[in-house]
Amino acid sequence: MTAPLHEPTAEAAPSAAEEAAVATTGVTAVQGRSLGRIAWERLKRDKLALTGGVVVLVLILLALLAPVITHLVGQDPDAYNEGLIDPLFGTPKGALGGISGEHLLGVEPVNGRDIFARVLYGARVSLLVGFLSAMVAVFLGTILGILAGFFGGWVDSLISRVMDGLLAFPQLLFTIALVSVMPNAMLGLTGSNVRVFVMIVVIGFFGWPYIGRVVRGQTISMREREYVEAARSLGAGRLYILFKELLPNLVAPIVVYTTMMIPTNILTEAALSFLGVGVKPPTSSWGQMLSSAIDYYESDPMYMVVPGVAIFITVLAFNLFGDGVRDALDPKASR
Amino acid sequence: MTTQRTPGRRKQAFAAAAAVAALLTTAACGGGDDDNGGSKSGAAGFDAANNKVAQASEAKKGGTLKFGGAQDADSWDTTRGYYGFMWNFARYYSRQLVTNKTEPGKPGAEITPDLASGLAKVTDDGKTYTYTLRDGVTWEDGKPITSKDIKYGIERVWAQDVLSGGPTYLKDFLDPKGEYKGPYKDTSKDKLGLKAIDTPDDKTIVFHLPTANSDFEEVLALVSASPVRQDKDTKSKYGLHPFATGPYKFESYSPGKNLTLVRNTEWKQASDPVRKAYPDKITVQFFSDANQLDQRLLNGDLDLDINQTGMSPQGRTTALKQHKANLDNPVSGYVRYAVFPQSVKPFDNIECRKAVIYGADHVSLQTARGGPVAGGDIGTNMLPPSVPGAEGQKYDPYEIAGANKTGNADEAKKALKACGKPNGFSTTIAVRNNKPVEVATAQSLQASLKKVGINAQIDQYDGSQTAGIIGSPSNVKKKNYGIIIMGWGPDFPSVQGYGLPLWDSKYILDSGNNNYALIDDKKIDGLFDTYVKTLDDAGKTKISTEINHKVMEGAYYLPFTFEKFINWRSDNLANVYTSNGYSGMYDFVNLGLKSAK
Repeated sequence: MTAPLHEPTAEAAPSAAEEAAVATTGVTAVQGRSLGRIAWERLKRDKLALTGGVVVLVLILLALLAPVITHLVGQDPDAYNEGLIDPLFGTPKGALGGISGEHLLGVEPVNGRDIFARVLYGARVSLLVGFLSAMVAVFLGTILGILAGFFGGWVDSLISRVMDGLLAFPQLLFTIALVSVMPNAMLGLTGSNVRVFVMIVVIGFFGWPYIGRVVRGQTISMREREYVEAARSLGAGRLYILFKELLPNLVAPIVVYTTMMIPTNILTEAALSFLGVGVKPPTSSWGQMLSSAIDYYESDPMYMVVPGVAIFITVLAFNLFGDGVRDALDPKASR
Repeated sequence: MTTQRTPGRRKQAFAAAAAVAALLTTAACGGGDDDNGGSKSGAAGFDAANNKVAQASEAKKGGTLKFGGAQDADSWDTTRGYYGFMWNFARYYSRQLVTNKTEPGKPGAEITPDLASGLAKVTDDGKTYTYTLRDGVTWEDGKPITSKDIKYGIERVWAQDVLSGGPTYLKDFLDPKGEYKGPYKDTSKDKLGLKAIDTPDDKTIVFHLPTANSDFEEVLALVSASPVRQDKDTKSKYGLHPFATGPYKFESYSPGKNLTLVRNTEWKQASDPVRKAYPDKITVQFFSDANQLDQRLLNGDLDLDINQTGMSPQGRTTALKQHKANLDNPVSGYVRYAVFPQSVKPFDNIECRKAVIYGADHVSLQTARGGPVAGGDIGTNMLPPSVPGAEGQKYDPYEIAGANKTGNADEAKKALKACGKPNGFSTTIAVRNNKPVEVATAQSLQASLKKVGINAQIDQYDGSQTAGIIGSPSNVKKKNYGIIIMGWGPDFPSVQGYGLPLWDSKYILDSGNNNYALIDDKKIDGLFDTYVKTLDDAGKTKISTEINHKVMEGAYYLPFTFEKFINWRSDNLANVYTSNGYSGMYDFVNLGLKSAK
């Protein structure tokens, strides 16, 4: 049996075969290329997507290294610097929200905390919640979607109705209600970690039907195909067909949906923090910074600009990268 | 004595935002010390109306005085209103036996006769108060106000099932056992069954207190002691159109939108020694969006903010930078503080409480409250400066505004050691989620306590549920709220009107509790008992000071600030002054306009 990725598959196959055909008509035999490799070569040509990918990588690095970087520039995200605040107005002394060699992006009004350090630490929360909640959604969505699609019948009906229900559920309101009744400590977590955990679980839980539907649809279209029939006639078990025959062919749509889901989740996290149900002080997050910046949008606009730009860049980078990945994996959707 | 009340007057239950700006052309130079400090046609100057009268001679009869507000009153029914600004505004349309003097600053908190011809004749060791009514006092339909109308108005306080919301001091003082059931359940024919008040004739009213209370006349000066006429009592709907006794009467009112008062033609200047009644008409416009209110003040469409709770950070900054001469910076009468419930370990130990007081960075807390101007001076003890017996920053047992201003880590560590927690401890700070300034102070406290090894988590609870969350000692204990961030202002300026519900063990309640620290100190209880029996002012002042000292010595509280506001007055306002009787608000009743535009 061949590895399914080499098989002409539902979405990407025809043109992959074409390319492969072109390649084999050459004088010397060229080694067949995997779908992953083909996609990567397409992605390499997409400068915009590559830029997005690089920015995403840099953001991840910055977030991971936040303690090191803030230590290097000599700033602590939670340290108060009231000396830099004008006591009459509560806004930072100096132009542009107190930007200086020491405080690269200025300081917060009232308490003088370093905005650069807080934005870096905020990236940790945003990316952590964005990634992990997407993982939760992908995990649940793939499993349940593939089961619904493969087994059909009452299993499909049940899972599909649950998905419909979840999609209709007012997610934001539910999260606000849930977070406000959460205890301060649970499962060995305390403080902000509880909130981060709850956000990951909730955003992930409400996100899986989007992936689940796609996976279900793909599975239905694939389950009667020849290679599945062949596997079945050779006596392959259901689990084998599910995970060895079908799942590998679902990788492309899942990857695409994941890259699209992460920025949405980052925005949801920012919205929740903005509404005051995100991480707890003094942990910083972009949404929370935006929320407290509202009171100073006239007197200290920089305070609002910095986290706003951070969210903008992150979401834009993820979306560009996600678009690129989709185009690369799904050449039919040509632009 | 506001046992079922949320903190102090409910006026603090909202943060009215009034961003501001002015009639640009006439912004005068700041710093005027008297009427002539600013320009005559323009603003009087920064702080020109704070504890003194600004531009009294400029006030002309006539014109429309325009208020704006972000928050309507809880009720305009004199029995039901509890917001401080409502008590202030109600003097336009209601009169009482006695009322606050219409003078700036401290004398504004003193009592002067209004409907009564003089202050009370006190007999029977302070248990009997007798008043005679002034001649010529009338209702808006011209009928004379009788002592029976006053008695009926006071009896309405007993009808808490129908008329909830207002202060219940009168009921607590006159009928502590609750024997009278209120006028709506009164079986006597004239509905005047309350035994504690006698009305021998239409001009005389006699109050009989079961036990003496030296603040009784203060309580009679609250608007809840206003007369109400039986045939005009619309019960729970009375707040929509109270029947007027003052110089103005209701013309129209649509709740949350606008209110218009016009002259009460039956009111005679000769019968009223208190009210000047300058404008012809008074309008109040309510805005759901504080920014819109700001814009209207900026355009000069409105004269002042009826809520009088200070401006929002945004408007404050603009106003301070460009229109300083239109601003006053009065002390509000509130103390902002953190309180340590003794039921939550380790705050049962006084040394651990002291560790927090010493560890806190008081300048940082002040900055979080808005800084020295918009926030207030650093609070050093628990008695607001406007209350007799207060010493302000002069009494500073923990050197909060002195040596330990930015926190004293050594002292804090010493206290921690004495408490048996040399390595610090963990606790939770409870703070209302609808008060950004309080959340900022919680964060500041969290940051400075971390330096001395006290790890505090911030728990933001639903601010509208205060009574059930921090007002329930069992919940406080369950949630491990070792530090509660709060504020409190006096209902009337006395240690009783401020501190009784906070510090007396009798006021520890299962719900709606305000004695958050669960102070159960026989000495403090005893001092309050002596206070209500002490009739001379000097003696009362001395006991007030003593109570404050006892509370501070127990280290139950970490005061943040003696709160200050930044309030706006338009260029056209004249005869403006702040009054201690209304916690540093402008005294509304005698505001005048320079030109009748």
